[in-house]
Amino acid sequence: MTEANTLPPDEAPQKLKYYQKGTFTVGNRLVSEDERAVQASQDRSNALTSGHRACQGCGEALGARYAIDAAMRATGADLIAVNATGCLEVFTTPYPETSWQLPWLHSLFGNAAAVATGVAAAMRVKKKNTRVVAQGGDGGTTDIGFQCLSGMFERNDDVLYICYDNEGYMNTGVQRSSATPPTARTATTPAMGPEPGNVFGTGKFVPKIAVAHNIPYVATATVADLHDLEHKVIKAMSIHGARYIQISVPCPLGWGAASCDTIKLARLAVECGLYPIFEAEHGRVTHARKIRRQVPVREYLKLQKRFAHLFRDGVDDPRILHLQAICDAHIAEYGLLSEDDELSGVPNGA
Amino acid sequence: MLKQIEGSHAMAEAIALCRPEVICAYPITPQTHIVEGVGELVKTGELENCEFINVESEFAALSVAIGASAAGARAYTATASQGLLFMAEAVYNAAGLGLPIVMTLGNRAIGAPINIWNDHSDAMSMRDAGWIQLFAETNQEAVDLHILAFRLAEELSMPVMVCVDGFILTHAFERVDVPDQAQVDAFLPPYDPVQVLDPENPASIGAMVGPEAFTEVRFLAHYKQQQALRLIPAFSQDFAKIFGRAAGGLLRPYRIEDAETIVVAMGSVCGTIKDVVDEMRDDGVKIGAVCIVSYRPFPVEELRQILSSAKDVVVVEKSIAVGVGGPLADNIDGALRNLDKPPKLHSAIAGLGGRPIMRASLRRLFQMAVESPWEGAHFLDLNEHVVGREIHRVRKTRRSGSTAENILRQLAMASELPPG
Repeated sequence: MTEANTLPPDEAPQKLKYYQKGTFTVGNRLVSEDERAVQASQDRSNALTSGHRACQGCGEALGARYAIDAAMRATGADLIAVNATGCLEVFTTPYPETSWQLPWLHSLFGNAAAVATGVAAAMRVKKKNTRVVAQGGDGGTTDIGFQCLSGMFERNDDVLYICYDNEGYMNTGVQRSSATPPTARTATTPAMGPEPGNVFGTGKFVPKIAVAHNIPYVATATVADLHDLEHKVIKAMSIHGARYIQISVPCPLGWGAASCDTIKLARLAVECGLYPIFEAEHGRVTHARKIRRQVPVREYLKLQKRFAHLFRDGVDDPRILHLQAICDAHIAEYGLLSEDDELSGVPNGA
Repeated sequence: MLKQIEGSHAMAEAIALCRPEVICAYPITPQTHIVEGVGELVKTGELENCEFINVESEFAALSVAIGASAAGARAYTATASQGLLFMAEAVYNAAGLGLPIVMTLGNRAIGAPINIWNDHSDAMSMRDAGWIQLFAETNQEAVDLHILAFRLAEELSMPVMVCVDGFILTHAFERVDVPDQAQVDAFLPPYDPVQVLDPENPASIGAMVGPEAFTEVRFLAHYKQQQALRLIPAFSQDFAKIFGRAAGGLLRPYRIEDAETIVVAMGSVCGTIKDVVDEMRDDGVKIGAVCIVSYRPFPVEELRQILSSAKDVVVVEKSIAVGVGGPLADNIDGALRNLDKPPKLHSAIAGLGGRPIMRASLRRLFQMAVESPWEGAHFLDLNEHVVGREIHRVRKTRRSGSTAENILRQLAMASELPPG
């Protein structure tokens, strides 16, 4: 991290609270300054301030703070954020309050990518170096905003689009989105009938679709691995053109999980293979994060009420095996357990 | 500079003279020649310092304009018909956010049945969105209204739609005086946004607003449009000083002195109506016309003054509020209410889906208003035979098929019948 990319504390938009935590999480003060996470440093911008109205344990609030603070550092706070309709928009900006310490624009549910394109075009024509980040939930990204997102990718507009994936329409009361995993219970896929919960389908994994657009940079991340998430955002901001990062952000309310389990669930989703963490550049997967300790998907599912019907009467639903098969396929596809060189076993997107 | 030029290209040149910084559009007939025109000017470098963004839909087109405008760039887009409906959500949004975007609407019917020809249904569908809506009568006026639109939009921080009749204006070659850059620069100052996304001075735009403030926001939008009623004539006068001719104004009366019958209309049909008025004046009929330029805001006061002395008012409009009648007639009705002795109002729906509005038909219509006025909406040149047969057939036969296709079939059969 270069000096130019670091905001001195007195120039940070807002003085921040210093969170002291254990070595494994946020406030790692035992390592050298260079190695500390943006979130652990005193000069972080605190772009999304505390005091917003997110639920306790909200993964999206965490994800947004990590991501935007990292982007603020990478751009010297010369950044504009565009936001789709959704939880993040609603809980951060109940007028006349706002939690955003950077210029921020909300327009509609389905057009964040296109609005960001407009902002980037304005910066180009004004010959300003101000960078643009668009953000939305999985509903605003994989469903209603998908056409605008694909258009933005195809034109290679200079925008980093961040999708906070909590696997459903949480803002409207937990309905199914195209990012909802198979068998999960939502308000529109109730745990009833012969096949309770969401049906098995081919699903829509937008990171792969983003890779297929041959854009400069695509990555997945989680709120469980702070250094990885921040690294990817900072890397994304070092690149011009269309970039896409999808962050797994568990939703305690929608998933029926304990507020204190948000980070644990994000970690388990990766460790069981359900949420592969990888990077791709110009249509080719370049790096996949190895699984440190593989866990059966059962352990991940058990912590969430949205999968409770899979364990009814103490009997495992056979569809758990199908979910395990999805995890195993991810592990094989991205070489998540391979001990070889990181690139081996990773498919080339092209 | 006087040119014999296609309307769309004249508009494209005028838009370029307004120095837009971000242009984005998706092609739709009959708007295409306008964006092709500006696209070419950007590509050749004639229009400097402008980003032309090719987008994947009209929804994205206006969304890009929203982002660009909020980030401080002068933004322009154009559409028509289904395209306007596809961007409808963003149309309301641009107005609610108070972004001074200028859009050309190449007026066209809305399907189904799909129809690419001119009427005003598209503009009417967005009449309450909060955009200023100006209607051009000629291509000269279309050119002038675009220049006025940018000035007006940016003065009020509110979006403006310039409505031009599809094909009738967009594709017609006319003699147009296309202004020069110095004239436009003298009239239109650089864009100075009232709200802007700026890292030096961060603001949140588009926050969630609850019941405690939403009414006030809408009131202020209404208030700003009322301001426009004052600004449009003032800017038109400014325009006249620089360009040597008036641009728009709120409305244009024609031969209304002592008129007992006044015809009200919008857009290119006003030319034909004026011709008919001239003919009837020659025959001694006391008739005049009013061409409305500003439909939103609606010039209620000016209309009351002009129309209060008439005996009959005939509204000729190219749209239908299905189940009600003519939307313009409704607005005129509103303007006339509470007058001590209001004129009788007669509503005519004409030219839907591009049906030609013939002088003879208008003459018959105006004559009828004088001699045997009607209630409700009259459909000019309606083929009552075809309609009657279709109503009868639908009543008799279940699964009678598609109305539009049936009518076309009937018409084809009718043309095969021997005359008489």
